[in-house]
Amino acid sequence: MDYHFNFAVIWRNWDVLLKGLGLGLYLALAALFIGAIIGLIAAFWSLSPRAWLRIPARVYVSVIRNTPLLVLIFITYFGLPQWGFRLPRTEAMIFTLAIYAGAYLCEAFRSGLVAIPKGLREAGLAVGMTELQIQSSIIVPVMLRNVLPVLSNNFIGLFKDTALAAAIAVPELTFQARKINTETFRVMESWLVASALYIIACYLIAALLRLVERRLAIPGTRQ
Amino acid sequence: MNWSLFIEELGKSQENLLIAFGVSSLSAIASIILGTILGIIVGLALTYGHVINRILARLYTDIIRGVPLFVLIMAIFYIQAASGFGMTAFQAGTLALAIFCASHVAENLRGALQAIPKGQMEAAQSVGLTFLQCFFSVLLPQALRQMLPAWVNTAIEIVKGTTLLSVIGVAELLLATQRVISRTYLSLEFYLFVGLVFYILNFTIEQIGRAVERRLARHG
Amino acid sequence: MNILTISGLHKSFGAVEVLRGIDLTLDKGDVVSLIGASGSGKTTLLRCINLLETFEGGTIEITGEAIGYQEKNGRRTRLPDRVIARQRAMTGMVFQQFNLFPHMTAQKNVMLGLIKTKRMAKAEAAELADTWLERVGMLSRKDHYPSQLSGGQQQRVAIARAIAMNPQLMLLDEITSALDPELVQEVLAVVRDLAHDGMTMLIVTHEMKFARDVSSRIVFMHEGLIHEEGEPETLFASPRTTRLQEFLGRT
Repeated sequence: MDYHFNFAVIWRNWDVLLKGLGLGLYLALAALFIGAIIGLIAAFWSLSPRAWLRIPARVYVSVIRNTPLLVLIFITYFGLPQWGFRLPRTEAMIFTLAIYAGAYLCEAFRSGLVAIPKGLREAGLAVGMTELQIQSSIIVPVMLRNVLPVLSNNFIGLFKDTALAAAIAVPELTFQARKINTETFRVMESWLVASALYIIACYLIAALLRLVERRLAIPGTRQ
Repeated sequence: MNWSLFIEELGKSQENLLIAFGVSSLSAIASIILGTILGIIVGLALTYGHVINRILARLYTDIIRGVPLFVLIMAIFYIQAASGFGMTAFQAGTLALAIFCASHVAENLRGALQAIPKGQMEAAQSVGLTFLQCFFSVLLPQALRQMLPAWVNTAIEIVKGTTLLSVIGVAELLLATQRVISRTYLSLEFYLFVGLVFYILNFTIEQIGRAVERRLARHG
Repeated sequence: MNILTISGLHKSFGAVEVLRGIDLTLDKGDVVSLIGASGSGKTTLLRCINLLETFEGGTIEITGEAIGYQEKNGRRTRLPDRVIARQRAMTGMVFQQFNLFPHMTAQKNVMLGLIKTKRMAKAEAAELADTWLERVGMLSRKDHYPSQLSGGQQQRVAIARAIAMNPQLMLLDEITSALDPELVQEVLAVVRDLAHDGMTMLIVTHEMKFARDVSSRIVFMHEGLIHEEGEPETLFASPRTTRLQEFLGRT
């Protein structure tokens, strides 16, 4: 192999790469936040006895989870303008990723809700709480603690999915790495460093989230 | 939305799209098969291997799972090109998908094997089975059953992942669709179309997986 | 020749010595119940006999054959996997948690050892399995899966699985502890039956009445040692050691 490593190119563009990494985190967080709201609503709908809520929720989850994210991104960015719905690229990415995340989070929240014993709700009713009070003070807080590990996994997955933003020229890490690659032909350096940055970032996020989980866990519950 | 024009253009390009669909399918099937075989080997190393093998296997799964599939595909494609391996984009892309698949299969297998109660191994040993006999008759069947839902999910992720090969120029379904779009400007119609194709494909895989699960579950 | 001879058995888990020098002999047809508090080492003793646990000191002989380890040039080494597997087949073990193979029918559960260890032909194994399933009263359910059977039924299949291997010695590890009370009797009835037919058995149990009914001898263990040994009537009526008196006062 006739390759001479020259990492100078990487150091020169270091801040651009880090900014790209930061942008990826921002995209993931925004998508997680919006997606969590969508997912929570969809989870409640999917468990509803009313078919006009349940069926759209189930269809939403099924469609989004089985369609490639790249196709969803292109539909949003290149297709929807045909209907007059035009979003700038970063917002388009957040929009698509949030809808994508919502479907996965819906499933996470749904199993979390299903796992809560019926007795909790009945105990709340017995002391005279309304349904809304029971959901907000008892059910959802308990459910959130239970699904924290799944949420963590989803967030890390979302962060990796932000790499696809490069396909619509959002200047996150993958886009920058590719740019360096095509401009300088420093193939090994750019891709190895980009991969390493993703791996380290994912590892750090996972460690951080584990700490958060332990902090927020209900005392005495086994992990 | 121009439906009549869409149908017309669809008919005109159906041959190209069908060939491209074949390319997508071939890549998916090849990478799933390769990835599953490799994944089982790595998974066994993770669960039963000597310390060194276990560390290597863990490094492999952790590294591959920490990198986005998108980056993995491009990295493998460009790096092998620069190293003089001379693979086609299809080969490099399929290899990347296989490596990705293997890391997930390995982790799923490890989890499934470790979830089997210790008593199963002890009961099999008590009737005189050697370790290998225990493994093939008692542990592996249970582990494969346990793994099935996760494996189906991984397979679906790989099928969705074939669309990423379009970025390195593989003439799979998404790229072929984009070519039609650049000719006809029917972006929304054709992107929805390709989305629908993948949805139907993955939905079918999901249903087949559930049916197999149900059949296996009847047997405990 | 005794069925089982244990001399000076020592076993530690890390720094904790769980068996501190056990001597025990069983003749053919003996039915011995091991009683004692949790942590006395009863289950560990059983698991050493069928080599599910290692042991550091002493010897165990089954029908004269030393199991688990060999002495070569003064060094003690563990026997190879295949030899150990064959030696395990000399004993039959029934577990507290049944441990039936969930992906096999009752009949296939019983057949597995016969086919793999004893190299029987499928047809022959099936016939033998059916004989023993009938003996434990489970022939009508031979094509059922464990998930379709009650706890008592599963345990009876587990007994058939162990005894179909024609072992020299049956080891029963608290086999009714995980059962609902109303299912306990059906399992104990099977064990009583086997004892009457002359099966050599070593039973770990909390069921004192059952132990008294079925055993030819009771062994009381405490903190890794055998404190008292004797016939059921004398042992239960007039326990000699204070520990046993305390234990019986408690149960």
